Amino acid sequence: MIALLARDMRLAVRAGGGFGLGLAFFLIVVVLVPFGVGPQSALLSKIAPGILWLGALLACLLSLDRIFALDHEDGSLDLLATSPLPMEGIVSVKALAHWLTTGLPLVLAAPVLGVLLNLPGPGFGWLVLSLALGTPALSVIGTFGAALTVGLKRGGLLLSLLVLPLYVPTLIFGAEVARRGAEGMAPGTPLALLAGITCGTIALLPFASAAVLKVNLR
Amino acid sequence: MVLRVTDMGVARGGVPVLDGVSLALGPGEALVLRGPNGIGKTTLLRAVAGLQQALSGDVEAAPEGLVYAGHADGIKAALTVTENLTFWAQVFGTQGISRALEAFRLGPLAHRQAGALSAGQKRRLGLARLLVTGRPVWLLDEPTVSLDTEAVAMFAGAVRGHLAQGGAALIATHIDLGLSEARILDLGPYRAAPLAADDFDGVFL
Amino acid sequence: MSLNALWEYANPKKFIETTDRVLPWIAWGSAITLAAGLVWGFFFTPDDYKQGSTVKIIYLHVPSALMAINAWLMMLVTSLVWIVRRHHVSALAARAAAPVGMVMTLIALATGALWGQPMWGTWWAWDPRLTSFLILFLFYLGYIALWEAIENDDTAADLTSILCLVGSVFALLSRYAVNFWNQGLHQGASLSLDKEENVADVFWYPLLVAMAGFVLLFVALVLVRTRTEIRARRMRALEARERMQA
Repeated sequence: MIALLARDMRLAVRAGGGFGLGLAFFLIVVVLVPFGVGPQSALLSKIAPGILWLGALLACLLSLDRIFALDHEDGSLDLLATSPLPMEGIVSVKALAHWLTTGLPLVLAAPVLGVLLNLPGPGFGWLVLSLALGTPALSVIGTFGAALTVGLKRGGLLLSLLVLPLYVPTLIFGAEVARRGAEGMAPGTPLALLAGITCGTIALLPFASAAVLKVNLR
Repeated sequence: MVLRVTDMGVARGGVPVLDGVSLALGPGEALVLRGPNGIGKTTLLRAVAGLQQALSGDVEAAPEGLVYAGHADGIKAALTVTENLTFWAQVFGTQGISRALEAFRLGPLAHRQAGALSAGQKRRLGLARLLVTGRPVWLLDEPTVSLDTEAVAMFAGAVRGHLAQGGAALIATHIDLGLSEARILDLGPYRAAPLAADDFDGVFL
Repeated sequence: MSLNALWEYANPKKFIETTDRVLPWIAWGSAITLAAGLVWGFFFTPDDYKQGSTVKIIYLHVPSALMAINAWLMMLVTSLVWIVRRHHVSALAARAAAPVGMVMTLIALATGALWGQPMWGTWWAWDPRLTSFLILFLFYLGYIALWEAIENDDTAADLTSILCLVGSVFALLSRYAVNFWNQGLHQGASLSLDKEENVADVFWYPLLVAMAGFVLLFVALVLVRTRTEIRARRMRALEARERMQA
């Protein structure tokens, strides 16, 4: 399992684009928003938590189809499926690798982009915390979507269609934490709910992803 | 026996292709599956490997005894030959890849990026993976695709070495591997009969 | 009828034979009940003292909303049956119900907008109930798209039934999340056991009839569509068999 994680990380670094692409997309989304809604800083600081969350979510979505597609094309997935690693472990490691290459950089970059959107001072800590808690759920749910569409030739659009509705609760609670934090309210309740969703998905969804992947390999 | 398949039936794309296939492999034995394109060699191998559900029949094998090599080699272009093999050694919990490098004469290429290998060299790397897994029963689907005669001989040598150590191999191939000791199983007689119309009404397939 | 006897209808042939006999009754029953409920509701009930005649859209809105959710529940049950017992008819019934459920969701959303405009002064509000239905609509879209995208029937059945299970959990989560996110303007449930509090009898009885009509309509549509799916599946199997023999 560790070998698989190490290999995926090494591939992400070597093949390029693994770390950079999602981040660049996140940056562009955040830069485009003021062009769309106008430069008034009061408005921007009000919508900043939501925009940052939405940007992070879309950046996550962008790289989902890479989770299994490459391994499926070159046959690694078949070979991994016949290896001693349990399928549940494989999908969990894949989700973890996706989070390390996509989610974690987004979490770290979010405060910088928060400055661009005039995010109020108290909001920074809560924004980072909510993203750090929420993005793992995005990766795990996304892995499920990627497993569903792994064999399909033009699965990218379908993948978004399947995954986005599943992202609704995470987005609502995550953005709510960031918003309440930014407005100086107590974000305890949504934070607990967000953590609950993340723990629940990490604990249960890999079983569904593994089942789906097995179906797709046959 | 290291592998015993009894009365296996398999389907491809929902259509039964083979029925009642039985075979057994002891230590040191190789069995070559023969049959025209589309008869279901790949499907049968995948079912034995557990990648696909069989319609019927049983596979008995030592736990963690099988290793499968299909049409694609699972090679990562961005990794070197050594890194590719080391990864599979770690996944299968074995040590040492030098024997595998040697058997397929990959030594001089060990530090080259796999993306820079030729098709035949990639195939050799894919087959070398079998040796690092340390598993006794090899399930090989068209292992000699894109190999030249010399490399085919190299492959036959590797299989022979594996058999000599008490391993076994189930190979689907069209060409003569030069493995004179291998038994041959023609899949022609096991072609699945089309379902009678009555059954068909009941369960569509 | 014992539960075991029920499984007999999982046989496609038996299913077609049985529905041949039952379907006309259900279809006519649905037409008559629906007509009765709607005519009664539209023309023979008084206007509401607050809402005027706009209240009458309730006879379309509430039953379609009810069936939008029930269709998903039915898909959940049939998906489970497919996963556990692998009866093809069950998987095909889930496939058949999805577009019907999606249309019901659309009707509920559209009639809701028509009702909301005069009452709340807006076609759309991000109210929890409305939002949940919009999310349910997205789930239907994804589910149907996945069925369409996969060629092998059994693979599609497996994948969509797992999606249905996972989707149900997330749909429920979304429902609570949306409630948390916005408290909303939608009135409380119009239907509950203590109906006196919600809807007066004059509206309640025709509504019940209209709901029965929608249930029958749903059953009839799902049966027809399941029969179509069975035959389409059978045709694909026959073609595959012919290709094998050629």
